[in-house]
Amino acid sequence: MKFLDEYRDQKLAEKLVQEIQRTVTRPWVLMEVCGGQTHSIVKYGLDRLLPNEVELVHGPGCPVCVTSLEMIDKALAIAAQPGVIFCSFGDMLRVPGSHADLLILKSQGADVRVVYSPIDCLKIARTNPEKKIVFFAIGFETTSPANAMSVWQAKRQDIKNFSILVSHVLVPPSIASILQSPLNRVQAFLGPGHVCTVMGYREYEPIAARFHVPIVITGFEPLDLLEGTLMALRQLEQGRAEVENQYSRVVKREGNRAAVDLVNKVFEVCDRKWRGVGSIPKSGYKLRWEFREHDAERLFDVKEIDTKEPETCISGLVLKGIRKPHDCPAFGKQCTPEHPLGATMVSAEGACAAYYTYGRHLQSQQRQTASCETEPVSP
Amino acid sequence: MCLAIPGKVLEIQHDPQGVRMGKTNFGGVVKQVCLEYTPDVQCGDYVLVHVGFALSKVDEEEAERTYKALEEMKQLGELETPDLNSSPFAANGDSS
Repeated sequence: MKFLDEYRDQKLAEKLVQEIQRTVTRPWVLMEVCGGQTHSIVKYGLDRLLPNEVELVHGPGCPVCVTSLEMIDKALAIAAQPGVIFCSFGDMLRVPGSHADLLILKSQGADVRVVYSPIDCLKIARTNPEKKIVFFAIGFETTSPANAMSVWQAKRQDIKNFSILVSHVLVPPSIASILQSPLNRVQAFLGPGHVCTVMGYREYEPIAARFHVPIVITGFEPLDLLEGTLMALRQLEQGRAEVENQYSRVVKREGNRAAVDLVNKVFEVCDRKWRGVGSIPKSGYKLRWEFREHDAERLFDVKEIDTKEPETCISGLVLKGIRKPHDCPAFGKQCTPEHPLGATMVSAEGACAAYYTYGRHLQSQQRQTASCETEPVSP
Repeated sequence: MCLAIPGKVLEIQHDPQGVRMGKTNFGGVVKQVCLEYTPDVQCGDYVLVHVGFALSKVDEEEAERTYKALEEMKQLGELETPDLNSSPFAANGDSS
């Protein structure tokens, strides 16, 4: 496909890796923000092409992963009610709440449907006027224009039986929170290309200046990721801390104004709880009061739900770039994509799930076995 | 989740509710895409699509410019000696 295949060219990738090797003089820790980037890096083994001095740690940018357990339990409580058609993106179906997931509810008779786009729900609402159609509106800024448009059109077309359960999260407050942590190791970011396609990258400029950290807005294909890494390393080596745009074929500094304008009309910023991380001030969207008729949290009386994550899970530390998936004793043993214990294993884009899918749990087990066999037994 | 893929707009029309939609080709798979956020897009343009919405027009000139820069780096790289083992110094056994 045009604009995809050419960014997977092996020869060019090798040249970029050589250029990175020439550039690096000392150890650096870089974080890719977006789960899609993590998935590409692990799938293509890009982190293993880099010199030993360069460590990539994996960021919090998987919205399926960071949707709080409380919100998933709310979704399950709403989906279980009679007369509800609960619609969701496919990747939310297997995410476990405290006691079940959406797929289990569906097998028990709940009307749970996978949609490609939130706008598809409006058609379902028109053809099922006696039902209440609820869409699970999760996502980062990338998905907010689609969710905003579904509510905007519902209001404009007077579709009263459509609402959304909002669990939107925002990238800039989350990376500021990572940088403020006393345990932070991240020295530069590969910024989220598709989030910035919508929002632009002006809001990252004060973060780069305040924390003196390079941020390179980066795409998702192997050449994009290697070039973004090279640009970030050049900044680090030269002592610069700027926002640069590797993904200029789609990202503009001002973003997509039409999309941002509608998002701001429909949503307002709120505090948001992130699974594995906790509450981050001003890190999410909620519906504005004018759209309360389409706000599932107001329409359905779901009580505050108190939940508890398994104690062994270290996903919070993985999401902040402090630990890697194979540092967790449960990784690939009690915790697998079929039976995830925490945030980073629940979605294919989570760091733990990506490591598991591409066989790194087997390699880490082999390494452990090998080191046990070769290490001398102490007297 | 933030997956977005480029597709070529084949046909533009408004749906019965007045929403601007485009028939868009993704490497052979054709889908309807909402073009409300990309009012300047014309037939034949490439758009970046996420969950049924075009978020941006793909800037073909910019793509060509940056890709050319990468290719030039590749050509420059090919003029250089690939590694130490194939250098004349290594062949002479001078590795100091």
